Amino acid sequence: MSTPTEIREKPSFLSTGILILGALYCLFPVIWVVAAASKSSDELFSTFTFAPSVHLWNNIVELTAYRDGVFWRWMLNTALYAGVGALLSTWVSALSGYVLAKYDFPGKNGVFKVLLMGVLVPGVILAIPQYLMLAQLGLTNTYWSVLLPQIISPYGIYLARIYAAASVPGDVIEAARTEGAKDMYIFNRIALPMMLPGLVTIFLFQFVAIWNNFMLPYIMLGDDTLFPLTVGLNGLLNQGATAPALYTLVLAGALLSIVPLVIMFLFLQRYWRVDLAAGAVKA
Amino acid sequence: MAATATAPTKAEKTASAGPGTPRKARNFRQRAMTPYAMLTPGIVLFLVFMAAPIAYTLVLSFQQKKVSGLGLGKGAQSTVFAGFDNYIRSLTDPEFTASVLRVLTYGAILIPLMLGFALLFALLLDSRRTRAGNFSRTAIFLPYAVPAVISSLLWGFLYLPGVSPFHFVADRLGIALPSLLNPDLITFAIANIALWGGVGFNMIVMYTSLKAVPQEIYEAAKLDGASEIQTALRIKIPIIAPSVVMTALFSMIATLQVFAEPTTLRPLANSLSTSWSPLMLVYRDAFTRNDIYSAAATSIIIALATFAISFLFLRIVQKRAFGQEN
Repeated sequence: MSTPTEIREKPSFLSTGILILGALYCLFPVIWVVAAASKSSDELFSTFTFAPSVHLWNNIVELTAYRDGVFWRWMLNTALYAGVGALLSTWVSALSGYVLAKYDFPGKNGVFKVLLMGVLVPGVILAIPQYLMLAQLGLTNTYWSVLLPQIISPYGIYLARIYAAASVPGDVIEAARTEGAKDMYIFNRIALPMMLPGLVTIFLFQFVAIWNNFMLPYIMLGDDTLFPLTVGLNGLLNQGATAPALYTLVLAGALLSIVPLVIMFLFLQRYWRVDLAAGAVKA
Repeated sequence: MAATATAPTKAEKTASAGPGTPRKARNFRQRAMTPYAMLTPGIVLFLVFMAAPIAYTLVLSFQQKKVSGLGLGKGAQSTVFAGFDNYIRSLTDPEFTASVLRVLTYGAILIPLMLGFALLFALLLDSRRTRAGNFSRTAIFLPYAVPAVISSLLWGFLYLPGVSPFHFVADRLGIALPSLLNPDLITFAIANIALWGGVGFNMIVMYTSLKAVPQEIYEAAKLDGASEIQTALRIKIPIIAPSVVMTALFSMIATLQVFAEPTTLRPLANSLSTSWSPLMLVYRDAFTRNDIYSAAATSIIIALATFAISFLFLRIVQKRAFGQEN
C-alpha cells in the first residue's frame, strides 16, 4: 500500500466502488417503491418486482378516494405536528440554551444537569404516562396530545447552549443592555439571528424526530382524521392483511409521503453537520 | 413569555416615580430574576411532560388493583400498595426475558454492522481518492428522512417471497430461499431495516468530525511516508473515537426502544408476537390487557437500563463540551 506520493491522488476504484454499493443499497427500497406504486394489485405479486407499470395515477386517485381523502388529511397533520412542533421546540430550546450559556445565576448548573439527564430519557417510555395524564385532562385524541409533549427537547437545549456560547458575543449583549434594551428583546432581535444557522439544525433534528415518532400518536389518537402519516399508513397496512387490494394504496401512500421529505433533505443537506462528541457544530 | 420577563412590576412603578437608589435596587432584583423567568417555558414543559410522567410511572409501578367480591359495582376495585410485586413479576415473566434476549440479539447484530459501515463510509468519503462522494453521501444519508414505519413497510414487502427480487432470481436458478419473515430470520430482517435507516446518520456524524481535523496532520503523516490505510487506522480513527463512542451509545439506547419496526411488520409476518420487544410488551400490558401497573414496572426497568448507559454519556459529554464558554 506504500504508493509514491505523486500518484496518491489518483481515483481508487475500490473505495469509490464500495461507496457506490452502499448508495445502491440505500436507494434500493426507494427505487422499488416507485415501481411498485405504479402497479395494479394483480401485478404487485405477479410481474417482476422492479418492472414499472402504468397505474400510478390510478392508485393515487383511489388513495384519494379512500375514506374521502383521509390520506391527504394525514399529510397535512404530519406537516402540522412536525412543522409547528419543531418550530416551537426550536424557539424554546434556543431561549433556554441562550440563558444557560449567557447568564450567571444560582442553580444554573443544577438546571443544566437535570435537563441533560433528560437527553436520554426514552421518549417512548414517557408516552404511556403522558397518555394517562392527558386522559385525565380530557386532552387525549386531540392535536394538543401529540403536539405538546414533543416541544421540550433536552437535546435541542443542549445544542442551543453550545451555539449561543459560540456565536453570541458577550459584548454585544452588554452594549444592547447599556442602550436600555430589555432581555427578551435582546434575545429575539439580536441573539436569535446570530444563532440561526445552528437553529436550523435543531429544527431539522426535531422535525425528523416528530415525523418519525410513531408510538406517541399511536397511543394518543383514536380518531383517524387526526392521524399523522405514520399511524395512518400503519392502520392501512393492517387492513391490507384482510383486503390485499389495499396494498397498492399503502405503497402509493408510502411513495407520496417520502417525496416531500426527500426534497426537503436535499435542499437542507448542508445543515446536517453535527459533531456529537465535541459538541461543536460547523454550520 | 415576553410579558413575564418585561411586565412592569410594582417596584418598577415606584422606581420611575422617584429616581435614585430604588431604581438601582429594582434593576438588580429584576436582573437577578430574569434568567429564571426566561427559563420558565423550558422548565415548565420539562416538569409537565418529562418529570411528572416519570414520577407518575414510578407511583403506578408500586401499586396494584385489588378486587373485592366479584369486582362489580362501585368501590369493589381499589388501588393498593404493592411493594416490589410488579417488578418481581416483570423480571420473572418469561415473555419479558424472552423479549430482552431478542432485543439483545438484535442489537448485537445491528450495532457492530451499522457503526462499522458508517465508519467505513465516512473514511472512504474523507479519502481524496474517492470519486462520486457527493452522490454516495446523499444517497446513504437519504433513508434517515424515511420514518421507521415507512421503511419497515417497504422492506416488509421486499421480504415477501412473492415480491422479493432475490426470491425471483433464486426461483429462476432453481434455489429455494428461506423467507426472511420466518421466525429464525425475523431478527435479521428487523436489524436490516434499522441498519438501512441508521447507517447514513451515523456516517454523517463521523464524517463531520473527520472534516474538523486540520489537514496539516495528514500532510505531516504523508511526508513521514504513512499510507492512506495507516493514516486512517493510526490517526483518523483515534481522533474521531469520541464520535464513535457517542454514536454507539445513541444506538444502544435506540435498540432498547425498538417498537415501530416490529409493530409495522406484524401484519406481514405471522411469526412476530405482540411481545417481540420489551416496549411492545409494555404497550400490550397497558392497552390490550389493561394492566397499567405491570406496564409501569416494566417501563421503569427499561428506563433504568437506559439510564445506566446515559450515565456514561453524561460523563463523556460534560468533560468535553463545555470548556469553551468562560
